[in-house]
Amino acid sequence: MSVLPFLVAGWILLVGMYGMVTSRDLVHAVGCLAVAQSSTYVLLLSVGFRHGGTAPVYSDIPTNARVVDPVVQALALTDVVVGATVTALLLALALQLQKRHGTVDPDALDGLRG
Amino acid sequence: MSVVDLLPLTVAIPLVGAALLALSGHWIRRMGCDILTALFATAQAAVLLVLWLHTAHGSPGHSPASWVGGWTPHRGESVGIVLVGDPVGVGAALLAALLVLAVVAYSWRYFDEPPARMPGTFPALVLLFEAGMCGFAVTGDLFDAFVFFELMGTAAYALTGYRVEDPRPVQGALTFGLVNSLGAYCSLLGIGLLYARTGELGMAQIGHALGAHRTDLLTVAAFVLVLTGLLVKAAVVPFHFWLADAHAVAPTPVCMLLSGVMVELGVYGAARVYWTVFSGAGGIPAPAVRGVLVCLGVVTALLGAVMCWQQRHLKRLLAFSTIGHVGLFLVAAALLDPEGAAGFALYVAGHAGAKAALFALTGVLLDQYGSVDVHGLFGRAKALRRSVGLLFVAGGLALAGLPPFGTGLGKSFAEHAAGSWLPVLTALFVVVSGVTGGAVLRAALRMFAGAGRRPGESGGPQTSGEGEEPEVRDPGRRVPRTMIAVPAVLLAACLALGLAPGVGGVFGRAGALFVSRADYQAAAGLPGPGATAPPPPLPDWTTAGVALGLLSTALAVGLAAVAVWGPARRGATARAARRALAACSRTLVLPLRGLHSGRLGDDVAWLGAGVAALLGAFSLLR
Amino acid sequence: MTRRARTRLFLAAAAVIAAVFALACLRLPPFGTQTHPYADRAVEATMRQRTANTVSSVNFDQRAFDTLGEETILFAAVLGAVGLLRRTADERRTRPRPVAVLPSTRLFGAVMLPITLLTGVYIVGHGQLSPGGGFQGGVILATGVHLSYLAADYRVLDRLRHREALDRADALAAGTFAALGLIGLGAGAAYLQNVLHLGTFNQLVSGGLVPYINAAVGVEVATGVIVILAHFLDQTEEFAGGGKGGSR
Repeated sequence: MSVLPFLVAGWILLVGMYGMVTSRDLVHAVGCLAVAQSSTYVLLLSVGFRHGGTAPVYSDIPTNARVVDPVVQALALTDVVVGATVTALLLALALQLQKRHGTVDPDALDGLRG
Repeated sequence: MSVVDLLPLTVAIPLVGAALLALSGHWIRRMGCDILTALFATAQAAVLLVLWLHTAHGSPGHSPASWVGGWTPHRGESVGIVLVGDPVGVGAALLAALLVLAVVAYSWRYFDEPPARMPGTFPALVLLFEAGMCGFAVTGDLFDAFVFFELMGTAAYALTGYRVEDPRPVQGALTFGLVNSLGAYCSLLGIGLLYARTGELGMAQIGHALGAHRTDLLTVAAFVLVLTGLLVKAAVVPFHFWLADAHAVAPTPVCMLLSGVMVELGVYGAARVYWTVFSGAGGIPAPAVRGVLVCLGVVTALLGAVMCWQQRHLKRLLAFSTIGHVGLFLVAAALLDPEGAAGFALYVAGHAGAKAALFALTGVLLDQYGSVDVHGLFGRAKALRRSVGLLFVAGGLALAGLPPFGTGLGKSFAEHAAGSWLPVLTALFVVVSGVTGGAVLRAALRMFAGAGRRPGESGGPQTSGEGEEPEVRDPGRRVPRTMIAVPAVLLAACLALGLAPGVGGVFGRAGALFVSRADYQAAAGLPGPGATAPPPPLPDWTTAGVALGLLSTALAVGLAAVAVWGPARRGATARAARRALAACSRTLVLPLRGLHSGRLGDDVAWLGAGVAALLGAFSLLR
Repeated sequence: MTRRARTRLFLAAAAVIAAVFALACLRLPPFGTQTHPYADRAVEATMRQRTANTVSSVNFDQRAFDTLGEETILFAAVLGAVGLLRRTADERRTRPRPVAVLPSTRLFGAVMLPITLLTGVYIVGHGQLSPGGGFQGGVILATGVHLSYLAADYRVLDRLRHREALDRADALAAGTFAALGLIGLGAGAAYLQNVLHLGTFNQLVSGGLVPYINAAVGVEVATGVIVILAHFLDQTEEFAGGGKGGSR
């Protein structure tokens, strides 16, 4: 099954989105967003895999060794940092929401409609 | 060092400014922070102005480009990131920089009481927001675009929720953040698919490499996923639910930036990605893109206009008017021709001036009366009639497309391009700009003149705008001069844009370069034919353009008059009309308003539905 | 929309997305393919730049502009969290109380704290050579400081981290990264161009600009994470009252 890693990425995205749709708690929803984001890590890293390749770090391997794609690893690293910081910011908002509204249930918030 | 080397500085300047503010905010106090922010915002605007003059008036050959880190390509291949300075891209960044400058001047006296421990935080975030927008506008690399897209988002979420004392901003900011970030991750997934197929990240390089493959479901999935994040940012139906919630609650200076330029950058990004990546062989066929995106634009424009008319919360009203106009922008950009692109660019520039001015004036009302509820402010703002009131009416007229405002000229370009493809689209432009302008004029008549009957309480889901926490601590003070001067200058700029000679020539050329895939590929170092012959310049004002502008203005004025004085009319016809309107409102409008529930789950479900619909449409039409 | 209608709408949409995505995946190059044009160019470039760790070369040299944007996101998130989690007028500060900790936990913390910090510095410092770098090392450094919270209590942690100094260090590191790029412009080359002496491949001083950007990122990540965590911890440890819900 050579497509399995790619399919897993799609599955993770949909599971994360399902969690956000049905969430009763915004902290949980932020978690689900992080799940949805992990789909991008899985996709990027599986796209960059090369059979028989090792880590693209040449400090202790010969310079002609076969390595996996270093570019997607750099992208995934960037992506991880972006995800972590956005999550932190959203959690800060969720925390304030709990303090101001006394709830983090998105369906109990009626301040903005119509 | 050549002029092109300035391109990366459009990110570095605001970033260094933000770092200095965060570093020294404690010592230099409020005044020092304001001066420092103004300095960096001015430097940024100056750099972009130089770049824009360099690129807009034409240089021989292709658009200028700069490889960050000096990784210039060999035989079309590079490992670096390219920034492309074509007129529309640099123009978008310049627009952001000018609006930031206006915001800096406006908030000079806006927040009288910055948080005690950190006076520099708010302006620093504004500068970072600017860095994100400028980086996004000029980058020619798809992953780099994602990074700056997220930067612009992160700063915007924090700025939206900045007034934590009030519960609603926090809710609006959280929905904004969750939905936009989800969209961005969909885009990144699409970028991953494109990388798998082509092994490239530069937009031009991906587009070139796609030519070696057939258009298949992988192309479709990648296109739709990349588009998702951009359409979420652009607040296109059904991805639009976050916008009104975020705009209604964000601090006024932030609203000016969100509505004036950030949302429009979403449409810009979508058009940019289509032209550079998907418009060639192995991409998505133009008729499919045109059909689907124009449809989306029409629905967005109509929904924005209808919802705008229903609002009594002033910021929410302006937010839905932005949705209506974004629909028009999307229609113009999705026509996929040079004139449509030129109209899109000019319309966005004019709209930014008008909409930012209207938000700024709303900020004055909030400052003076602690409310943005049109019903609550009925007749109460009479004292400000001569200053704020007049400007507010001018803003409404500009929004409706009255010649010679820049909005009117942009509308006439876009309208002409749309009308020559499908005549009925002309009516869409007239109706949507008329209704949104009319809603603003109606609010102005009620608040500043107390005209007509006091509007009654209506049932159904709504956000009133009563009980807002004032954004400043001293509601009784005199209106600071800058808070009137900034909207006046913005409206004057909008007017100047329509009156400046040769605007049609400059924007016509910009539009032609924007849709020229050959120019972009040459700029990004790929071998190719390079730029094509310059297009014939567009005429500044045409008779048809002026007539349609006057028509939409008349529609706006008429609608506002009927809405204000209509309820008091007697007679059988008036009664029948009122009954028909009430029935229409019950069956059509109330369910629509009910859909705007402000709940996260609904927003995400609609986002999923939108992605599925786009996937379905493009799979069938490819 | 009712919850049920919402879930149904989403599931219908998800079915379509899943179907198209799965069919699209069948068209992807097979998992483990040998064709990676960009990767091959990146490896060639890392050799030329004498940077043993290719990922660091991509992050801090070839695509350094991405990293600049990403560090700016971190900086924006730190500023944003600081602004959002500020103490509002209706909240008061309480003094955190000392907490009793098992002696074994305390000993564990006292031993691990210096080791973790040292590991963090090592990982940051060798970013251009071995797996790791500014991000990874920065997170380890930030975690290390918080061992004092686990092994002692909040007051000890508070003494260990000087808030304002960290705030400033974070801003300074973010500004330094942007300013380091100007070296290239100053030398008549491009922004963020690696114009420094490249050194010897696989030595501590190699890769030109890479170790410096790496260090700036390390400082920024470490201080940024500590500052963000500090504001979250404040919410539970120091603030009381305010809002409807009170503190959690």
